Amino acid sequence: MNIFNWFSRGSAPIARERLQILLAHERNERDQPDLLGVLREEILTLISRHVSFDPDKVQIKMDRGKSVSTLAVDIEIPNAFGTPAAASQQRRPRSKRSRNEGAQAMDQRVA
Amino acid sequence: MKDKKSARVVVVTSGKGGVGKTTSTAALGAALAHLGEKVVVIDFDVGLRNLDLVMGAERRVVFDLINVIHGVAKLPQALIRDKRLENLHLLPASQTRDKDALTEDGVAKVIGEMRSKFDWIICDSPAGIERGATLAMRYADAAIIVTNPEVSSVRDSDRIIGLLDSKTEKAERGECVDKHLLVTRYHPWRASRGEMLAIDDVLEILSVPLLGIIPESEEVLRASNVGSPVTLNSPASPPARAYFEAARRLKGETIPMRVPSENRGIFNKLFGRKAA
Repeated sequence: MNIFNWFSRGSAPIARERLQILLAHERNERDQPDLLGVLREEILTLISRHVSFDPDKVQIKMDRGKSVSTLAVDIEIPNAFGTPAAASQQRRPRSKRSRNEGAQAMDQRVA
Repeated sequence: MKDKKSARVVVVTSGKGGVGKTTSTAALGAALAHLGEKVVVIDFDVGLRNLDLVMGAERRVVFDLINVIHGVAKLPQALIRDKRLENLHLLPASQTRDKDALTEDGVAKVIGEMRSKFDWIICDSPAGIERGATLAMRYADAAIIVTNPEVSSVRDSDRIIGLLDSKTEKAERGECVDKHLLVTRYHPWRASRGEMLAIDDVLEILSVPLLGIIPESEEVLRASNVGSPVTLNSPASPPARAYFEAARRLKGETIPMRVPSENRGIFNKLFGRKAA
């Protein structure tokens, strides 16, 4: 994978590399439930048990790499004063954001 | 002619639209018929039929696949015999019905009835992975996966290969559909400059044996303009030769694969086409 090669030899090597990575993932996931979907559901269920948040303020990012993929879940938790969940939130830091970035890195073998 | 035949059912499929399924179905069907085989090509693209048009039979359609399935017409009434090759037949798709009119049992019955009458049953699949596409591949013994050397086409072909390995009757019996890759719209000069995926790249990514490489050519467009498969309309042209060789490989012959070479316009005209 040589960037100079790409310029001198056209874009076909980029196409090839992108396809190899993409298809390795798609073949893995073909007969399995949607891993990203399952993780998202379970992580959000777990967090909503402890704090209340706006589902629209949740950002989920996935980056599929050749040997390692990362899942980043970014949930905006409001500083809820006087809500029933407030008591349980008192131990939380002042920051209104809780970042789990990289924590759910998944190892996915590339065929 | 033998009385009891046992046809080989071949689906021409791709996932992506516009890669050349219908053109390839017509060209290969005509090539096989020209080689003496008894062939029927079936259009599975219910609602958007086009095989009749590419084969120049659009004004002769009376009944269609759905009519046969629903018992409105008998199979021999619906089959259209090609005017150029008497052992080439077409079963058109319906233009008016919706694709739900296609049923698994109905398709099984029609293909079952044809098996004893033909050497080859070639099913032209619609694009996509919906009902029409899965039914076109359902009873296939072999599949021709039509792919352009382009990222979206290769990705969709990979998806289709997954379906061939899981959703066909053969796969459900634990057997394997014979898969063949047909690369179409290949530009030799673009591939040689690294602007287009090379044949080896596509083969390595999809791991399906190669049936043929059809070079991009104006002859293909001209053939569909006049409603004649390119293998009949201009049999000596590079795409037609490539289709003929693919047809012979499909029959089991061993023919060395030729990668279409770089084509430099005036240079090529001066020195002639690459020798066969």
